[in-house]
Amino acid sequence: MLSRLRRIDKPLVGVTVALLSYGLAALYSAGQTDVPTIAATIWQKQIVWIAVGLTALVLVSRVSPRLVEWATPYAYGATVLLLLVTLVVGTGAGTAAGSRSWLAIGGLRVGQPAELAKLAVILMLARWLAARREAPATLRDLLPPGVIVGVPFALVLLQPDLGSAVVFIAILFAMLFWAGTKPSLLVLLASPAIGLILAFSTVAWGIWIALLCGLLLWWRPYVWEGLAVMAANVAMGIVALPFWKALAPYQQSRLLTFLNPEVDPRKTGWHIIQSKVAIGSGGFLGKGFTHGPQKRLAFLPAQHTDFIFPVVGEELGFVGVLAALALFAALILVMLRIARRAPDPYSSLCVFGIAGMLFTHIIENVGMTVKLLPITGIPLPFFSYGGSFLLACSLAVGIVLRVAWESRRSGYAES
Amino acid sequence: MNPYHPHLLDRRLGVARGVLWATMGVLAVAFFRTQILEHGKYQLQSETNRLRPIPLPAPRGVILDRNGRVLAENVPGYTVSLLPAEEVTLRRILGRIAPIVRLDSAGIDRVLVRYRRAPYLPALVLADAPFDMVSALEERRLLFPGLLIQPEPKRYYPDSSLAAHLIGYVGEATETERAQRRFAPVRLGGLVGKDGLERQYDDSLRGGDGVRFIEVSALGHVVREAGAAPTLKPVPGTPLHTALDLDLQRYIGEIFPAGQRGALLALNPNTGEVLALYSAPAFNPNAFVGGVNPEYWRRLNESETHPLLNRAIQARYPPGSTWKLAVAAMALKRGVVTFRSRMPIPCRGGLAYGNRYFRCWEPAGHGALTLSEAIAQSCDVYFYQLGLKLGLTSLLEDASQWGLRARTGIDLPGETASEFPSGIAYYDRAYGPRRWTSAVTLNLAIGQGENAQTLVDMVRLYQMLASDGRSRSPYVVHPAATGDVGADMELTAPQLAGLRQAMINVVQQGTARSAGRVGAMSIAGKTGSAQNPHGPAHGWFIGFAPADKPEIVVGAIVEHAQHGSGVAPLVARVIARYLGADTTVARTIRLALPTDTAPHARDILPGAPADTASVRDTVPLDTVPSDTTHAVTPPPDR
Repeated sequence: MLSRLRRIDKPLVGVTVALLSYGLAALYSAGQTDVPTIAATIWQKQIVWIAVGLTALVLVSRVSPRLVEWATPYAYGATVLLLLVTLVVGTGAGTAAGSRSWLAIGGLRVGQPAELAKLAVILMLARWLAARREAPATLRDLLPPGVIVGVPFALVLLQPDLGSAVVFIAILFAMLFWAGTKPSLLVLLASPAIGLILAFSTVAWGIWIALLCGLLLWWRPYVWEGLAVMAANVAMGIVALPFWKALAPYQQSRLLTFLNPEVDPRKTGWHIIQSKVAIGSGGFLGKGFTHGPQKRLAFLPAQHTDFIFPVVGEELGFVGVLAALALFAALILVMLRIARRAPDPYSSLCVFGIAGMLFTHIIENVGMTVKLLPITGIPLPFFSYGGSFLLACSLAVGIVLRVAWESRRSGYAES
Repeated sequence: MNPYHPHLLDRRLGVARGVLWATMGVLAVAFFRTQILEHGKYQLQSETNRLRPIPLPAPRGVILDRNGRVLAENVPGYTVSLLPAEEVTLRRILGRIAPIVRLDSAGIDRVLVRYRRAPYLPALVLADAPFDMVSALEERRLLFPGLLIQPEPKRYYPDSSLAAHLIGYVGEATETERAQRRFAPVRLGGLVGKDGLERQYDDSLRGGDGVRFIEVSALGHVVREAGAAPTLKPVPGTPLHTALDLDLQRYIGEIFPAGQRGALLALNPNTGEVLALYSAPAFNPNAFVGGVNPEYWRRLNESETHPLLNRAIQARYPPGSTWKLAVAAMALKRGVVTFRSRMPIPCRGGLAYGNRYFRCWEPAGHGALTLSEAIAQSCDVYFYQLGLKLGLTSLLEDASQWGLRARTGIDLPGETASEFPSGIAYYDRAYGPRRWTSAVTLNLAIGQGENAQTLVDMVRLYQMLASDGRSRSPYVVHPAATGDVGADMELTAPQLAGLRQAMINVVQQGTARSAGRVGAMSIAGKTGSAQNPHGPAHGWFIGFAPADKPEIVVGAIVEHAQHGSGVAPLVARVIARYLGADTTVARTIRLALPTDTAPHARDILPGAPADTASVRDTVPLDTVPSDTTHAVTPPPDR
């Protein structure tokens, strides 16, 4: 028992415990307001979720990666099924009351299947990529991973939950990269998405198409692949406008608000303006723990979930923000190290995928609070209140912990 | 090659670490910019987000009489306002609050108009809420988010309308006023003096508004009333010490003939201090506090009696016989006559001049009189000849020099200038060159013709006679810095004494003889009656006492009082009261003479061409209306 404990990856445990504590403190503070909000006692519920999560973490860390690998297709199938069910009977919550991202049983919202689906997609992708002897070399090789990610991606996008959908894409690219896919192939894979974004400016799109032609001539993929990439890009240029119209009004306005938040300071722009005001007024050392006036007076929207980071920024200032970012960076670095020293490709890919998922969440969430990225309703790992995501993070850390333990046991890493 | 070869993994690990550091670096820079570089901007935004400035009105300075008694003070009052919010929200809350504060839809619109002008300030719902309404609102406070009930000092005039014209009243500053430099510091909805001393000395009475901050939540609910940010205390206005004698003013209010229109002004002849200023009818200045009731305002403005008009300084009347002292003084100064001089033609009830017959008010005639006697008897025939002897040019010149065609510069707003021809050119303009004769001099000499004086101008003339012959600008608080201060009659002491003696004779034997002596004290004065097209003549009396060493000069005009003799006892009683003499004697004064104003001149030959005659000697009376000078002020903004 003692020897088992000695082989535990202490930096990972340390960073995780530090982040959980920091996050719980921020969540407690988010509930300390001068006007009654639902966030007042939410930190107590979060403690329950942390207990559940830690239990799951310990349990998963006791499971052999081989068993996980065996169970992966079933887990994947189950989450896709859950996503389908959610799409049919799901409910909305909070600011996104119009979407169907919650699964409710008897009126009680039990969770967001999308969060668990992210983990399932990582495991499934790792299984498929690890089963191959070599890295995907053609676009045709990328078709199966595309399907593995594409199904849950489409289901989440239909909810609609743009933020989570982006995470699926990020996971796909991160894991393809870790599996050794050539960068040129990744660019070609990403080119339709880039084409879609640039299609809103005819000049930019034209330049992009020209550049793509050059790249295709240089990299020389198979002819039909090159044609398919070109066709996809041209198609994106054509469907861009219908696609824009297909976006829900709140998604459209969020994107527009990202470009210019002062357009509608009371409604859509409210979130980002109040978030920046809270962060900016925090200054170097902040207003003091639980003393942030923006938060106290409920100017911050969703201060216990999506906008919890501005609470940190307002109350603990630049110092608190740097501390949080440092802890996040440490977590990712530890995971990268574990991925590098994993005993087998499947474990390595799992860990790298998990690191990529957490990284995307952190960047998306923190980036939107300072208006670096558009607002997407995506939680911050270990900080935001939310059972499903905390459970997903705990399971993920549990898997990583087990991989680290395995690599030490088998001598891939020093004890 | 195995894609998971350690060497390859290390390369990818390097790339992944690079991406991590780069993105974390971008985030750190973004937070550095927001939290360190732009901290000031966001700090300010955070405070404007949550703090709402609430003006703390400064209490206006009290206005005191010469003995420190209160003319205008502040009493506690309450204002009801709503914190700024979206207009829709405001409208909804107003709809809920309306039944309690008794606000009709027009009132709601007024509140919204006011809100739109300053969307960042609390919208004033009720400027002066009675206490029961305040407690009714407090009970239902939870129903009205953003409700703000503030104790605010409220102006109160203990003597109500008694000195309304002198003290004035206050009201909310209008847009036009706030555009002026003088009222630039006044906040929107702030109070400024609208008339009288409140207006004249508004700068010092006003004080400086303070401001406090209350903290509101994102939904506009008041979270914290105090301590959110430092409060800027209001600076109270400076007390105003006036020269007014409240006792005297109250006494005048009691004895001024009820229902009559007119004015009374009492000065200290040696300093120019205004001891009392009364104008009737008056208005209630307390009715303007917290916004005047539109019905009351309409009544004040449409009333034929013009209660807002300050008849002591804003109305012009033909001076009538009170003017004769001015002519006598001019003649003495220029050495044209002495007190013993008689005119060539004795009074036989009239004087023929040109083809017109100028009558004396006494049809029986006064006979041959000296100047002293002529003043006492107010003989028109004597003054016709004196005016001719003095000459039109001299008359016009001296009147100008003594300030009888200008404002006195009294420290009250809206003083009207007296009307008097500026020179010969005036007549050339009015009638055409050579189309008038020196017959105009005859009318000017007895206070008729192109002459309309304000009460304050005439009282100042008598002030000069009552003192050393030098004028002192009348003032309530401070002497005016500008104006014709120190005009000198250039009369010798014996000449002044002689004029005073003649005026004592007026009271003792002349036109006002029963005004007589009051106790042991002698009153000097002169009656007058001014014909006017609106009805019976206006009555004048201007007097001072003690005659040998005057301490008070009092002038009064009562509209349509028939003649000045009825006004004399009023003035006599005021003087007696001020000097502490027995006023019961003064009350019994009766006056014997019906009128001392000359009737219109008659043509000697009825068939003679009336070419220029009609314009030569009669004033176009419409140019001297008593009550058309009323400057209509716009209704105060509620």
